[in-house]
Amino acid sequence: MKSPVLWRIVILAGLVILLEVLCVAGVIDKLTMQPPHRILTDLFAMLATGALNKAIAKTLGNALIAFIIAMVVGVTSAIVIHRLRRVRDTLEPLFATYYAIPVFAFYPMLIVLLGLGDAPQIFIGAMLGVVAVIVNTLNGLDRVPGVLLKTARINQMSPVDTALRVTLPCASPYILTGAKLAVAYSLIGIIGAEFIMSSGGMGYEISFAYNNFDNATMYPLILLILLVSISINMMIARWEKVLMARRGLR
Amino acid sequence: MNVTQTAQTLLSNQVSLRKVDKVFSPPGKPADAVHALGPIDLELHHGEFFAVVGPSGCGKSTLLELIAGLSTATSGEVAFEGKPIEGRIPDGVGVVFQEDASFPWLTVSDNIAFGLRRMKLPPGEKARRIEKALAMMGLVPFANSYPAQLSGGMRQRVCIARTLVTEPRLILLDEPFGALDQQTRLLMGDEVLNLWRKTGATVFLITHALDEAAMLADRIGVMSARPGRLIDIVETGWSRDRDSRIVQEEQFGAITARLWRSLRQESMKAIGKIEAAT
Repeated sequence: MKSPVLWRIVILAGLVILLEVLCVAGVIDKLTMQPPHRILTDLFAMLATGALNKAIAKTLGNALIAFIIAMVVGVTSAIVIHRLRRVRDTLEPLFATYYAIPVFAFYPMLIVLLGLGDAPQIFIGAMLGVVAVIVNTLNGLDRVPGVLLKTARINQMSPVDTALRVTLPCASPYILTGAKLAVAYSLIGIIGAEFIMSSGGMGYEISFAYNNFDNATMYPLILLILLVSISINMMIARWEKVLMARRGLR
Repeated sequence: MNVTQTAQTLLSNQVSLRKVDKVFSPPGKPADAVHALGPIDLELHHGEFFAVVGPSGCGKSTLLELIAGLSTATSGEVAFEGKPIEGRIPDGVGVVFQEDASFPWLTVSDNIAFGLRRMKLPPGEKARRIEKALAMMGLVPFANSYPAQLSGGMRQRVCIARTLVTEPRLILLDEPFGALDQQTRLLMGDEVLNLWRKTGATVFLITHALDEAAMLADRIGVMSARPGRLIDIVETGWSRDRDSRIVQEEQFGAITARLWRSLRQESMKAIGKIEAAT
């Protein structure tokens, strides 16, 4: 095993063990946090009984929709913006400051506009991710060598065909970087929105458990969110690595 | 010239350029217009190997882009097989560029198949053509490799194979060996000569290497410094079955010397040693 990977595992395992020792020794009291082994067994029990399956399905389903919207809108907008120099010059400074906007602050307005259902939550999730996708896709499109576009023209490809068969595949490692961020932002958006404006989902259940001192539900849910987000991210990172290696870039 | 002779000339000319000029003018700034090329009159005969040499920035690649239909002439007419090109990419024309144009996300085989995308061929015929192109360019062992796993010369072979698979009647080569070392260039030159003989296609080669032009071409057009015009056309007189060993012949030295005689002044103009003639 490569030593950096080994070191990462050692550091993470060390932190978990430290937490376990502090919890078991009573330095961290039970009302504040359960020991990690309890969190894990509670998570298995929770998944086995299926008590929160509906909440988990709602959150992950909405995050998936938000992610898909962020990807489709992000990639399509990037292709259009990339072709229109003036639009790009106008929008680029806005993209740079976009993440300074606290999207959650708009939640009352979003409820007025989109109602009390899942729509405002999905909107926040998608809004958080979309600009990361646009910025990374533009970065990828900038790096498409001109000679590949000439080759597309020689092959008499239409602009749509060129985008689908040449520019997007060429920019795909950069689009995947955007996708990694969009996964994280979609989950942050959906769970954050559930904390403040929902009556269901993992965010709502965490908040509900917190208000009722129900650590046996709260911590397993937090762990589950972590596991889902990290697993998806690692999968995309692996895919990205394969693509880069194929091109001799890493 | 009688009627029969005129008809023969038309039939034997695959590409014709008449009084072609190219001026690049930035939008809204006519004062900054650059006269890149022309006027140029040129005929390419069916099945010949024509090379163009000229100083840097003289518009060699612009000339190739006009014939490929990648760019339109500001004035004059460019025709392929009797039909005006006017910025449309004509069928039957293949281009190999100097830069690596292989698609890094596709295998060698898929890269070659890409050339056939717009052709409606039965699957069996497609597979046959891909196999033939792989074999012709010595790429069979690398059919499933990705371009990043190949050397620069091998990647250029992939690009040539992708062009060959379409069985073009006119192959345009834009300094295809510019990024390769001298030995690889000589060997690739042999391969291009071989392909030219086997396919019977017309080859139009842009190069800055005088020896490459002298070795490969039947006729060599020498271009002036910008705006690029043809100032000399040299007939090499080589037999069709030549290969890179002709570099040791006296005639090779004489051709290269003549090319340099025509080009020296122009190259000095291009690098600013002599004021460009207006």
